[in-house]
Amino acid sequence: MDIHIPEEARQQPDAAPPVRLGVRGISKSFGPVQALRQVQLDLRAGSIHALMGENGAGKSTLVKILAGMHAPTAGDLLVNGQARRFASPRDATAAGVAVVHQELLLFGELTVAENIFSGHYPRTRFGTVDWSGMRRRARALLAELDCHDIDVDTKVAALSVALRQRVEIARALNQEARVLILDEPTAALAERDADRLLDVVLQLRDRGVAILYVSHRMNEIFRIADEMTVLRDGQYVGTVEARDTDEARLVSMMVGRSIDQVFPKVEAKIGRPVLEVDHLCAGPLVQGASLTVRAGEIVGLAGLVGSGRTELALTLFGITPARSGRIRIDGAEVRITSPRAARDAGIAYVPEDRGHQGLVKSMNIRENISMAVLDRVSPGGMLRRAEEARIARDGFDRLGVRAAGIEQVTGELSGGNQQKVVIAKWLETKPKLLILDEPTRGIDVGAKSEIHRLMGEMAQQGLAILMISSELPEVLAMSDRVLVVAEGRITAELPRAQATPEAVGHAMTRRSDPGTRTGGSQQTGARA
Amino acid sequence: MTDLSQDAAAPRTGPIRRILRDYGHELLVVAAIIALLVVVGAINPRFVSARNMTSVFSGNAYIAVAAIGMTMIIVTRNIDLSVGALIGVLATVSGTLAVSGAPIWVAWVAPILCGALINAVTGLLVAYAGIPSIVVTLGMMAILQGGLISVTGGAWISDLPPEFLLAKMKVMGLPMPLVWAVALTVLAAAWMRLTPYGRSLYLIGGNAEAARAVGIPVRRRIVEVFMIHGAFAGLATLLFATQLQVIQSTTPPNLELLIITAAVIGGVSILGGTGTVIGASLAAVLFAAIGSALIFVNVSAYWLRAFIGVLILVTVLFDVMRRRRETRQKGH
Repeated sequence: MDIHIPEEARQQPDAAPPVRLGVRGISKSFGPVQALRQVQLDLRAGSIHALMGENGAGKSTLVKILAGMHAPTAGDLLVNGQARRFASPRDATAAGVAVVHQELLLFGELTVAENIFSGHYPRTRFGTVDWSGMRRRARALLAELDCHDIDVDTKVAALSVALRQRVEIARALNQEARVLILDEPTAALAERDADRLLDVVLQLRDRGVAILYVSHRMNEIFRIADEMTVLRDGQYVGTVEARDTDEARLVSMMVGRSIDQVFPKVEAKIGRPVLEVDHLCAGPLVQGASLTVRAGEIVGLAGLVGSGRTELALTLFGITPARSGRIRIDGAEVRITSPRAARDAGIAYVPEDRGHQGLVKSMNIRENISMAVLDRVSPGGMLRRAEEARIARDGFDRLGVRAAGIEQVTGELSGGNQQKVVIAKWLETKPKLLILDEPTRGIDVGAKSEIHRLMGEMAQQGLAILMISSELPEVLAMSDRVLVVAEGRITAELPRAQATPEAVGHAMTRRSDPGTRTGGSQQTGARA
Repeated sequence: MTDLSQDAAAPRTGPIRRILRDYGHELLVVAAIIALLVVVGAINPRFVSARNMTSVFSGNAYIAVAAIGMTMIIVTRNIDLSVGALIGVLATVSGTLAVSGAPIWVAWVAPILCGALINAVTGLLVAYAGIPSIVVTLGMMAILQGGLISVTGGAWISDLPPEFLLAKMKVMGLPMPLVWAVALTVLAAAWMRLTPYGRSLYLIGGNAEAARAVGIPVRRRIVEVFMIHGAFAGLATLLFATQLQVIQSTTPPNLELLIITAAVIGGVSILGGTGTVIGASLAAVLFAAIGSALIFVNVSAYWLRAFIGVLILVTVLFDVMRRRRETRQKGH
């Protein structure tokens, strides 16, 4: 699919339209983690501003600040030129800022009309709810959005995602929003619905609404946006005008042009193939992936959100078992139907979301490290406390966990130390293949480079490592080989020497022939 | 290997600190029991007489036994509202067998097996149909209560053979219910703490996804735990239904709430993942002592309920505060 910039997106009036919402030097930190640093952008009346960046870049944090859900640590929000403080979502609404969140905030059991007017139902002169007026105005609002096919009396729960989104936009319009923020509105839509939504967005722009459009779908961005702002690791990278830029430039802004942190990559002896995957298919997002990982090798898996990189890992680990294809470990074919089967085959998986699939936060370090090898520390059916403590202390020391001791409850540890505990747990299973999904997401720089050092050590000891990361510098610095995933397949393989940011970035955004692309193929990306 | 780890190389906790850390809540309950005995004993010495103590503790031992199974259920982040009704049904099953001339051991074993079987249905619905346990057991409660009254017509079972009355027997001079409650508590506590099976229940309650990821068969475990809990309800039935010559064919009102309360006050987190059966049993002892103490200091027994209510709220408040501290947001 070619990038084509429609005429209307190029037409820019000579005098810049007034700034409805200005973001000036906004920073936000959560404890020690700096989520946003010095972000600035202007949302102008009748203009669409795209906000772009990989997972964890800080887009959602910025949206939440604009929605009044988080208070910024520093910086100002200017509403029509005046500095304002949003202490709550109510303040944002009062200032004319409406947000359509990624997870739609609608009341499923109420009707379309009730949702559109939720919180401020029109009243009759007797003070009761003016139901007929409400229905009539709801119908009118939806008609303005080219949505004649919604019955305002149906329950929202019965609507498709696309229609629900329309209801949410109607609600924003009803609140007379002058600024509309759309957070990844097309992420859950099929292509045809996405097209219709873009038409609605363009229509709103023509009516003078200032729009912030968060997405990483390049073709959409170029179709509608006037300006783009890119964030990376919470840093403001820059703002460019649509007519002055192209896809490649945006990708390089998103993933970073240079390797700004030097990770200690150590050379390991690369041996026989440990994992061989042939034409693996699972769900809608793994579509015939084939790859090989060798002993002592670190293979980086790069791809945009929704490319199927995490889903591929979940399939290899048996959480969403494969529909077809073959997996071999050390040359022998294995059938992986559950995480248990994966563990027994020698595969370990450190998940993207530590709190969800990794850590038991209410339990201590010892109990977390031993949980994958309980059978081994309990010969004869009884837990051997001493043996368990020894294993835990080994892992604790080896990974350099910083805590009061192995009896400390893991919920009290920092993100980096929690991650080390999860890795220690899996190393205890003596895996042949270690899959690391976003191994350094949300952890501080010091812990990050320690984890990279550990990865090097593990590879030197002959472990095969498959690393998924949305931080391109990390992928480039750590990998012996980079595999690029797009649409559920491995679309490029780059040896370390050839893996430049430009080469990988290009491979990540390259699309296959239009004919083979299915509408829903980018639907459920990894959650931000 | 790393320079960062020396502080952790040597275990710094002594045995006393370790006991305080692992059993802090249980010790608190013990302290409350002792304080109660001392204070009320000073006001009315007959309260702490051997006779009153044995009657109080053995009369309530069945609650402690049922609270053991309930603890396991709550640790896996489930709940069982049907246990009171179940005990009513099992009592009738057992009593009917005892008067029908079946061997006494059959009348004793039947409630244990029936308890496990009935709860297997509950467990399957929770684990495989994915219905929240609070809903499944609410349904089971109604089915068991309604079924019991309909089948028996509310008739009492009388003329129970004396050799059936387990609760009236003694071992080495001690009342049977007391011996059972202590023995079962100790065994279950050891099993929960010392076996990988017991550990897996805590892992499931703490984070079921993570437990599944390390190969623990989460759904099967939940069915099994419901069955074990059913068997404990059967054991509790034996101690409850054999105290008198007659068995009422109705379900004891609010029994399930008393049992759940024992677990909660004993330190079992309603949010799953923490708590011990020792705490639950001790809390059952505490209730029994409070209930009796109110009589001895001449306070209306209705205050017992109010008092237990306050204890529940205070305990849960502490639990929620502790959780909030542990899971305080570090990143996004």
